[in-house]
Parts: sequence; structure tokens; C-alpha cells
Amino acid sequence: MATGTAVDVVMPQMGVSVSEGTVTKWLKQEGEAVEADEPLLEISTDKVDTEIPSPASGTLTKVLVREGETVEVGAKLAQIGGAPAGAGAEAEQLAPAGEPAAPAAEVPEPATQAAADASMAAASEGVEEVAPNSPGPAGGPGRAADGSENGRTFVSPVVARIASEHGVDVAGVPGTGRGGRVTKKDILAFVEAGARPEAPAPAPPAAEPAPAASVGVAPAAPVPAAAPPAAEPGLGEGVEPMTAMRRGIATHMRRSLDTSAHVTSAIEVDMTRVVAIREKLKKEYQTSYGVNPTYLAFIARAAVETLRDYPWVNGEIRGDQIVTRNYVNLGFAVELQDGKGLIVPVLKNAETLNLLGIAKGVSEIARRAREKQLTPDEVTGGTFTITNPGGYGTFHGTPVISQPQAAILGTYAVVKRAWVVQDEFGGDVIAIRPIMNLTLTYDHRLVDGALAGRFLRALHERLETWGESDY
Amino acid sequence: MEKTYLQAISDGLREEMRRDRRVFVIGEDVGVYGGAFKVTLGFQEEFGPWRVIDAPLSETAIVGGCTGAAIMGMRPVAEMQFADFISCAWDQLVTVAAKQRWRAGTPVPIVVRLPSGGGFSGGPFHSQNPESSFAHIPGLKIVCPSTPADAKGLLVSAIEDPNPVLYFEHKHLYRRIKAEVPDERYTIPFGEARTHREGDDLTVVTWGAMVYTAEEAAKQLEEDGVSVEILDLRTLLPWDKRAVLASVEKTSKLLVLHEDTRTGGFGGEIAATVAEEAFEQLDAPVKRVTAPDTPVPFSPPLEKAFIPQVEDVVAGLRELAEY
Repeated sequence: MATGTAVDVVMPQMGVSVSEGTVTKWLKQEGEAVEADEPLLEISTDKVDTEIPSPASGTLTKVLVREGETVEVGAKLAQIGGAPAGAGAEAEQLAPAGEPAAPAAEVPEPATQAAADASMAAASEGVEEVAPNSPGPAGGPGRAADGSENGRTFVSPVVARIASEHGVDVAGVPGTGRGGRVTKKDILAFVEAGARPEAPAPAPPAAEPAPAASVGVAPAAPVPAAAPPAAEPGLGEGVEPMTAMRRGIATHMRRSLDTSAHVTSAIEVDMTRVVAIREKLKKEYQTSYGVNPTYLAFIARAAVETLRDYPWVNGEIRGDQIVTRNYVNLGFAVELQDGKGLIVPVLKNAETLNLLGIAKGVSEIARRAREKQLTPDEVTGGTFTITNPGGYGTFHGTPVISQPQAAILGTYAVVKRAWVVQDEFGGDVIAIRPIMNLTLTYDHRLVDGALAGRFLRALHERLETWGESDY
Repeated sequence: MEKTYLQAISDGLREEMRRDRRVFVIGEDVGVYGGAFKVTLGFQEEFGPWRVIDAPLSETAIVGGCTGAAIMGMRPVAEMQFADFISCAWDQLVTVAAKQRWRAGTPVPIVVRLPSGGGFSGGPFHSQNPESSFAHIPGLKIVCPSTPADAKGLLVSAIEDPNPVLYFEHKHLYRRIKAEVPDERYTIPFGEARTHREGDDLTVVTWGAMVYTAEEAAKQLEEDGVSVEILDLRTLLPWDKRAVLASVEKTSKLLVLHEDTRTGGFGGEIAATVAEEAFEQLDAPVKRVTAPDTPVPFSPPLEKAFIPQVEDVVAGLRELAEY
């Protein structure tokens, strides 16, 4: 098994002023095969952090610089091909004695000159402490075969089959096998415990029907991956089974909090103009179209317009990329009639709708939600969500983002307040004004506080200056 | 009635000879001496030298003679003094007996009794389990009973069968294993495994004396809270694929145990079949515990190292359980 000529991996020159670099992570271990241009290690310099591709195909025979060590540009980091570390003398000793079936057969040909040179060089550079770590000639072969090294990631055929039959993501199942491997028993117990199919990993684009956006505080306790078997009620306690929707909400809420960096900003809006215009439009809308121009319709209309200028608020983090859109699919949190569930129907392409269109769309989709007539299409693909707990008189909340969106707008009760305004002479006077709180809860991974502030201010302006002819 | 494994074979054979005049016995020292292991002790007195024939030291002649007699309508039961010696009869058995029915449509209802297995320092010529060599020969049938009741029932089935049957009787079990054997005549169909022990976590597929090795190992695993199912195949040609696949479906972890050497051993066939037909049921690699690829050593410590021991099976089972 000759591995051919050895190729050195050296610390690259990452910029004219960079003189040294730190190895942060080896992506391949000694003895592993590597293809040319495949990422081999990660380094960090004072300018950049980057992956270093392998300069050649072959076996990573020697790692000379350990993780965390800093070396000069041009220093040798590793060797691809050639003889393994320390093979020089040992291989020669082993070869004659080697039994036919012993791993000696796997040993690269005894000590090429390059390898001998390399180990000499390594020793003379004072990195000999690395050498003892290097597996000797017998270290490599046969290690992976017993499955001991791949516990967490290896999925056995039966586990794969059960996972696919039940739509379970194996990564979410606690493993008790070797190295944490998920065994058949583990996954059966998980399935039996009534665990819901795991939501897809955080990245996927708006795939699932998202029963999201609960209002107020986050769920009190994390939802365990596998629900324990039915609990016996204690004295004075009542027990009811969790519905599929409840479990879905629980999973989604937990996942959202685990995914996004939730931050909430609030702004107060003087709704005087909206209230006045709404009063005017109410009769016309109701007689002509049978639709009530709700505050929510006004806010949604204003939000859609504002989102045009803030694409990140209408965006999404997908993997390591930021996705923005030229459309707004507006989700609305709707409570189900039994008060035990929540669903978020989505008004598609809300940017094409005027105030009337949004009012009609919202009332229609909310009705369909309450009557459980929604199709899966109507609860997926949202890009931004509005939740409206104001009907109950609450004036503030911190909703949970509907993944994978970037933000959720909360609208609260319109309350008459003593409000400082300017009179026609520019003097401050106290007036009674209908005031509404708006909150924007955003994913700080993507949206910073200043951006959220500007978005809220723009939305605030649009609502406070709503004109007679705006639609 | 409780009988030893050896007594069950002896009684079963005697009953068939009493019942069917076509059945006769031939082998080295089976007559006057009663057989090397005394299976046919007293047979010559009862049935006479024409039905209990002392043959010359020629396995070729014994098997060849049986084949001819079977073609002429007899039901010969041959005894190899040790299973190891059957290699001398390879040509008669493989080239003639196994193929006659395919070539000419003539049934060849012969039984070759093969005292096999090690465990008493018999060395390389008196300890082997050569079943897998013959498992590769279409036209033969292979039987490996492990209990006295199976020994009798399978012997009766072997004598009734119209094909050449190799009947591997394990020497280690002869006088060591004693159990209830029904007095009446009965047969045990070929190709039906026996569940020696029920379990849920691991499956051991084995046969012959290794059934008891597996049982001891399973008892140890039980103390660890691991439940082991033991399937005794009873016959290798044909073998009960369905029972093995069903057990694998239940446990998802399979250990194949045999006393024969590893390479080309019948365990490989079982492992391959499970990989082919039950891949999606597996939760661990199929494991084989077998003798190593060497001749059987004389030296007792070496022989112990050669034949799979309870602790070897325990180690294999633990590894599977922990996987």
C-alpha cells in the first residue's frame, strides 16, 4: 500500500502583513484519506479565519501542528502520503517480523526517503512532542470496523427504516448505544412515547404548517424530546391528552426560541387618524363588501408597505445565507374557537392587496381557520407574521417568531390616553388620543436593534399620517 | 422416558429396523463390537449379520455400497466411525449419491451417521464438524440434532427421506445430555428450527453442541438484563430461513455460533442471507463466533481455545448488546 510521494501542507500566506497563523481545527485526522482540494484544516490569523484545502489526494500521514498552536507562515503543518509518522525505524523493525494476517500488511512501504527526511526535519524543529501522538504503523487499520468511532452519526438499517416510517429525525432521539448511537430500542421507545415527527432542522424554507406565534411569554418549560409515558394525575389534578396541534405548537415554540435570538422593541402609535378614517370607511365597506375595516387591516396594510423598505425584516436566515423577497406572505395568528389552539394562516402576496383586499383576505382566512377549512398551502410560506392579542386589552407582549421568519409584529389594545400634542401655536397641550402599542419581536441574528427601531418608526409614521386617500 | 442423546439415537434406529426390513446398518465395527460409541450395541444379536454389517476400513466402499443398495430399494444407514473420515467417501457421496436423483430420477435414500465435534482432545482427525463442506452440495441433506428427542425424530425422518442424508451426531452430547424422549414413533420435519430459548434483545442461531454453549451464555446475559433468543436450526440443508428472519425481525441483532471453522463455515451463509433479506431489520453487524481457521488441536488448553467457549459467546453477545 505505497502512498507515493509525500506532499507537505504548509501554513499559507494569508495576506502581506500576516506572518503567522493558528491551527484551530483539523478536519481530517491522521490516517484518514483526503482528496485534493477537500477542506483539511481550519486556521485563524489576525486577519481572517479560513479553511485550508488539501494540496493533494492521499492519506493524512502526519499532523505536525496541533490544534491551538500558532506557527509561522510557511511552517509545515502536515504531510499527505508517504510513510506515517515515526514509521521510519518502526516499520523496518516490524516488517520482517510481521505475521501474514497482522496489520503489518497495511503499513505503507517502509520508510521512503521523504518520510525519513520529514521525521528528521520534524524532530529538529522541536515538534517531537507531536510524534508520540501519531499512530504507529499498527494504529490505523481496523479501527472503524467495530463501529466504536461513529456512534452518534451512524444510523443502522433498522433505525433508518423506523425513522422513515414514522417521520422521525434520528438526530433528535436520545441514543444509548455505543458512542451514543441510536439503537432500535431507543427509536422504538421514542416513537412509542408519542414523540411527534421532529420539525425539520432550523434552516429549511418555510416548509411546515406553522402553528406559531403565541402571544405573551414563552412556554414555561422546555418540551422534552420524548414525552414521558402518560402521567398519573395527582390529588386534585386533572389530566388530558395533548392534541397533535398542541404538541406541534409546543415543539415549534421551543425550536423557535432555540433557533432565533429573540429581542422585542415597542413603539406607541397615536391612532387618531386611523380611527377617524376607519369610522368613515366602516359603513361603505360593510354595505358594499360585507367586510369590517379592522385596525388589524390598517396595520397589516401599513406593515406590508413598510416591509418593502426593510427586506431583512421580511427575510430569513437559510444556512449561512440571508434570503430576502420581493413579496410579502403575511401570517396572522388566529386562535381556534375552543381556545386550545392557534394557527397561522398566511395571506399570500399581501403586497398586491389594498386596504380593502387585506381586510377581506384577513376576515376570510380567519373564518376558514376557525372553521378548520384551511388547506396546508394556506398555513405555509409565510414571510412575516402579525399577532393581535389587543382584543383582550393587553398592551404589551413578547411573541415568539414563527420560524424561519425574521420577525413578528404584535398589535395591542387601542386605549384612550392623555397624550401631549402640539396645538396650532406649537404649544404643548394634553389631549385625549387613542393610543396603540406595537411590538416588533425580531431575530437579532439578522435584524439589529437600530434596524428594528427604524422599521417601527416608519410603521408608526405611516399609521399616524394615514391620509384620506390612502388605501 | 428420559434418555441420553446416544440412547435416543440407538433406540430410534432399532425401532426403525424392527419396523422396516429394508433398513440395515453398515459401518466399521458396528456389528460384533457394537460401534465405536456403542450406538449399535446388541444390534447384530437382534437383527443378524446381514442387517448389521461390519464393513472393511473403506468409507468409499461403505457409502458406495449404500448407494447401490438404496438404488435397489433398501434403506441403508451407514456409520462413519468419525465424521472426519467422510472425506474418504467424498466421491461416492458427492458425485454419485447426491446427483443420482437429478441424473436418473432414482431416489437414493441413504443415511450416513457422522459422530462429529470436539471437546475431548481427539485432535485433528477425530474432532471436526465438516458440515459446511457438504452444505455446498445440492442433492444432500444435513441434519445436526442437539437434543435426545430431536435425535430420534430427525433420525426417523432421515431414514424416511428419499435423498442422501448426512446425520451429524455430536459426540460431546452422547452421554452428557439426557432428556425426555417420547416412546412412540415420530418424525421431525427437516427445515424447521427449534426455539431453544425465547428472548427479545439478541438472537443466537446455532446447532449441535453449541446450543448448550449458547444457553450458558444466555443465562449470563440474563443476569445483565439482556434477553437472548436461541434458535437451534436442527437441519442445515434445508435450513429454516423463515425462523431466522423472524427472530432477526424481532431482535435486530444476530450472532451466529458454530463449532466449525470460520471461513466458508455455514454461519457465513446465514449472515449473508440476513444481510440480503433482512438488511432493514438490522441494528448491528451480524456477528460470528466460530472456531478459528486451523485444524483442531490435540492439546486440551489449545482445543479449549479453538472451540467456542461460553465466555467467547458471552463476549460476543455483550458486544452486540452494547452496540
